[in-house]
Amino acid sequence: MTTQPYDKQVASDIIAGFNARPEMLVQVLVAFVERFGWITDAAIRQLAAELNLSRADVHGVVSYYHDFRTSPPGKHVVKICEAEACQSMGSRELSKHAQKSLGVAMHESNDDVTLEPVYCLGNCACSPAIMVDGKTFGRVSTNRFDEIVASMDETR
Amino acid sequence: MAATRIYVPRETAAISVGADEVAIAIARHAKESGEKIEIIRNGSWGATWLEPMVEVVVDDKRIAYGNIEPADIPDLFKSGLLTGGKHAKRVGPTDEIPYLINQDRWTFWRCGLIDPLSIDDFTAHQGFTAVSKAFKSGPQPVIDMIKTSGLRGRGGAAFPAGIKWQTVADTDAEQKYITCNADEGDSGTFSDRILMESDPLALIEGMMIAGFAVGASRGYIYLRAEYPLTYSILMRAIVAAREAGWLGNDIQGSGFDFDVDVHLGAGSYVCGEETAMLESLEGKAGVVRYRPPLPAIEGLFGKPTIVNNVITLASVPNIVNLGGEKYAAYGVNRSTGTLAFQLAGNIKRGGLVEKAFGLTLREIIEDWGGGTASGRPIRAVQVGGPLGAYIPEDQLDTPLDYEAFLDIGAMLGHGGIVVFDDTVDMAQQARFAMEFCAIESCGKCTPCRIGSVRGVEIIDRMIADENRDENHELLLELCDTMEHASLCAMGGLTPLPVRSVLKYFAEDFAPSQEPQK
Repeated sequence: MTTQPYDKQVASDIIAGFNARPEMLVQVLVAFVERFGWITDAAIRQLAAELNLSRADVHGVVSYYHDFRTSPPGKHVVKICEAEACQSMGSRELSKHAQKSLGVAMHESNDDVTLEPVYCLGNCACSPAIMVDGKTFGRVSTNRFDEIVASMDETR
Repeated sequence: MAATRIYVPRETAAISVGADEVAIAIARHAKESGEKIEIIRNGSWGATWLEPMVEVVVDDKRIAYGNIEPADIPDLFKSGLLTGGKHAKRVGPTDEIPYLINQDRWTFWRCGLIDPLSIDDFTAHQGFTAVSKAFKSGPQPVIDMIKTSGLRGRGGAAFPAGIKWQTVADTDAEQKYITCNADEGDSGTFSDRILMESDPLALIEGMMIAGFAVGASRGYIYLRAEYPLTYSILMRAIVAAREAGWLGNDIQGSGFDFDVDVHLGAGSYVCGEETAMLESLEGKAGVVRYRPPLPAIEGLFGKPTIVNNVITLASVPNIVNLGGEKYAAYGVNRSTGTLAFQLAGNIKRGGLVEKAFGLTLREIIEDWGGGTASGRPIRAVQVGGPLGAYIPEDQLDTPLDYEAFLDIGAMLGHGGIVVFDDTVDMAQQARFAMEFCAIESCGKCTPCRIGSVRGVEIIDRMIADENRDENHELLLELCDTMEHASLCAMGGLTPLPVRSVLKYFAEDFAPSQEPQK
């Protein structure tokens, strides 16, 4: 993922881009994850100060949403759809295969990759589906999974 | 000689199976062979099983080729792709594909047909004619038309849209809001996404009409984060509409001000529940609100707010263009109009089928879907997302009609149809229903937050064959509690799939045992 380390000035610019309105907190956090990859403690403190919220307010929102991760992800983020449509086409087996071939358990990361379940990518007529670094793939057999993973480093 | 026009979809499903690579390969091959072509990135017609589907315009007729891979391109050009030549992957003229022409395309009629980001293409296909008509007629006739149409909320709850609009129109406030729920989180559903990627301006026009009808000047689209391509298409469509004077102040000299923003979700399923969505739009955790007050009275930032699904709003322009009676002529009973059914999961011809209510589940699965992808017999069909019942094979003749589904203890919902073949372990599906509720519960009410966790534990004991009868009884009691005491549909409807498994597929618990009498 093309993210950069947390930077107070960049963070401040993002917040200013939303006019420092507290009701934009979710959108600011989406932008933070996009830019920095995850939400640091420093980010929470800064958000509370600049949006005039309590740290508890910010923490409550950060911890509520699945996408607001509070630990650094691997270089690549692989999400496997584990919802019903994909289950009907073998996503349970695909998840097992992914854990084995990537060498990480679901919800876990190493330096290279973070593996997560996702509940529906809206690609249910091309099940099973996965998302790699924000790009959706459909009709993903175990062979195709291996090909997609092998090309991760080339595409980024 | 003019350049030959070639359509290659820019739509998530098509791209997920290689449409971008196909477009690149076509451009490269044409350049190398000196052919003059123009590639148009349309949306999708919804025949997802044919994606990537490439169309070539020959004598003003579009000729389709299906399941194209980049490696096919040299051979396709050799076979005369640019003149619609014969090839194993040639499907034929797009307007003769049975999957498409046998539909009732009321809401999706421009999807696939036009360049979604071209205001010119949109207006050449009746775009903005409905909102212009609304400006002339005034607000109340528009609301009356929606009432006459019988249009019900397409997000799943099927509440009459006209009544909701009237409530907001009749509530006095300086500021009102139109919010579009585009948090399409149900597995097996993708109609919102196809609409937004293939005809985003239809949604924007629907929101404008809603805003004009009820007196709201601001619109928000709450879009799930899992749809990054949809986001970029929506943003570009909004910018294009603003530049053309179709969003902003005094739209086309009408005196009406309206603008739209897109807010992203962050992976929370419950944010598709209308009050949780409003909380999220206000920058907070997506925790469900108590009702009353209804959002139509006190919604976003405490102001009267319309919360409608994408398809509900996108169905509005044609209702205004053609009249509420025309729409109401489609469908059966209280299910008037059309629904965009979505064939998903283990299905041979998956995709979007917009059809008048009333045909049977079996007809749509067999006539359009062609049965399972695996070729094995159908065992169960989950309709209406993760909170919908699993329907056994012998109930597939149920007509697709909101009330007919309620009568068999099921739910039509957003029209998602997920097919499972006979290899499915239904005990695991029941377990997943509870597990999903445990993962996604907002935590505000106890039956949902705790009940779902207990539900998983009970089902695990049943699968392990511990005190099966007792646990079966306990699970039914838990379902009662969740149904009656949960704040919203998350906890209230999770029992639906669980009960359907207990009722029709009980033999899948403890499969080592003989089925109980």
